[in-house]
Amino acid sequence: MKFWQRFLNLDRKWIFLGIGLVVIIPLLFPLRLPVKPSKPVIDLFNRIDTLGVDNGVVWVVTDFDPGTMPELMPMTMSVLRHCLTKGTPVVLHGGLWPAYIGMAKMAMDNIAVEFPDKKIGEDYVFLGYIPGVTAVILAIGIDIETTFGTDYYGVPYDSLPMMEGVKNYEDISIIVDISGTRSPEYWLMYGQQRYGVDVGIGCTAVSAPSYYTFLQSGQFVGMMGGLKGAAEYEELMERYGYPTGRRPATVGMDAQSFGHLLIVVLVILGNIGYFIVRRGERKVGIERRKE
Amino acid sequence: MSISTSIWVWIAALLTLMIYSFLYKENPFYRLAEHIFMGLSIGYSVVILWYNYILPRIYEPLFFPPHQWSLIFPILIGMMTFGIFSEKYNWLIKYPLAVYVAGYAGVQIPLQLQTMILRQAEASFLTPDKFTSLFSSFNALLIFAGLVTTLIYFYFSAKREHGLGGASQVGIIFIMIAFGAAFGYTVMARISLLIGRMQFLLQDWLGIM
Repeated sequence: MKFWQRFLNLDRKWIFLGIGLVVIIPLLFPLRLPVKPSKPVIDLFNRIDTLGVDNGVVWVVTDFDPGTMPELMPMTMSVLRHCLTKGTPVVLHGGLWPAYIGMAKMAMDNIAVEFPDKKIGEDYVFLGYIPGVTAVILAIGIDIETTFGTDYYGVPYDSLPMMEGVKNYEDISIIVDISGTRSPEYWLMYGQQRYGVDVGIGCTAVSAPSYYTFLQSGQFVGMMGGLKGAAEYEELMERYGYPTGRRPATVGMDAQSFGHLLIVVLVILGNIGYFIVRRGERKVGIERRKE
Repeated sequence: MSISTSIWVWIAALLTLMIYSFLYKENPFYRLAEHIFMGLSIGYSVVILWYNYILPRIYEPLFFPPHQWSLIFPILIGMMTFGIFSEKYNWLIKYPLAVYVAGYAGVQIPLQLQTMILRQAEASFLTPDKFTSLFSSFNALLIFAGLVTTLIYFYFSAKREHGLGGASQVGIIFIMIAFGAAFGYTVMARISLLIGRMQFLLQDWLGIM
């Protein structure tokens, strides 16, 4: 019982150290545990994969900040790589809140390096941040040109060859909202429900459970949930022969698995310890009463 | 091993270590990094708003031809919000709030009802297309049972006797499973953030990955 009492009173710094080690060691010595794509990710991948040049633009939104970048940036890069390799016109929208435009800019800079033959304005377009959140989503349904006016670099909308004929949601094949916020619900309400545009999402693992209901109802086309979802998309990209970059999400999945394993072991041991200590304390109480 | 020579990578790495030093105990390095982060976030947002909105959407259309004078009305209504800072004129805030609440409620209520309630309820109906295979039939029945029993758990207008008590107990099981799934995903999210930072430290900073 002494062991379990000490275990339950363990200084939390030891747990932090344990988590740190199980994350760092697999990153340095990767095992490459298999990643099996799930249905929500396959659905999203297939939806984008079956799009042609004439099916409308893919509208990717970066609704996240550096805090959720490890989960969401690999998703953004995968979707952009997927579209550009296929030749599907893609718009990168710099998010519904001001702090997110930096993430979009980072993705754009990487894309410019990875795809030097693709031309901005012709093969892809970078639209900046416009305040208004829900008002912006509604305004895109009326007129994109009036809503944004120019691209991120200040080029007038009517000077962007790729956006010729792209007026509103009717010319968008799918919205892919990569989000660390509640924005997928906004795109669902104001984009999908109001204008009927398809919405697929990439979200943090924290948000994923609450979005499964929208997948089950068919309101979302597909979903990438957390680092696992990002790794699954990278796996599909690899299987279909698309470029995957350094596969940061897949590399992180070994560490993720071992981290989870440690948490599970600690939860089980914590529960066993709790019941053993409680039973021991009860026994001591009964003996004292007898005395 | 090739340690980064970029000053910005070094600054980011040191700030990361300063933030993680909180895991040992509260200290001045953590406080410094926290304050830098807060200041930067707010400053960054203000600059983005200024250059992406105030200048091109308010200042230029108003002060350069062709002047869009109609913008004055929404600007004035918006300016009334600042009345909150004055004891004498704080009543002014009622007007922008009234416009905001009315507009937002008008747009939000019907769409919220359709998206979050009607479409969700529709998806739980036991229609024939959900019984195409053994697995899909089981899923449909499970979702239906989960929905009904969870709703019963939150029904407080009758005594929990007979069938109602049993159904609400089943509802608790569904709620607990949902909490368990949410906890598992939360652990995944938190570890992912740590992985991201470790990848940065080991790969971009130290170059040993």
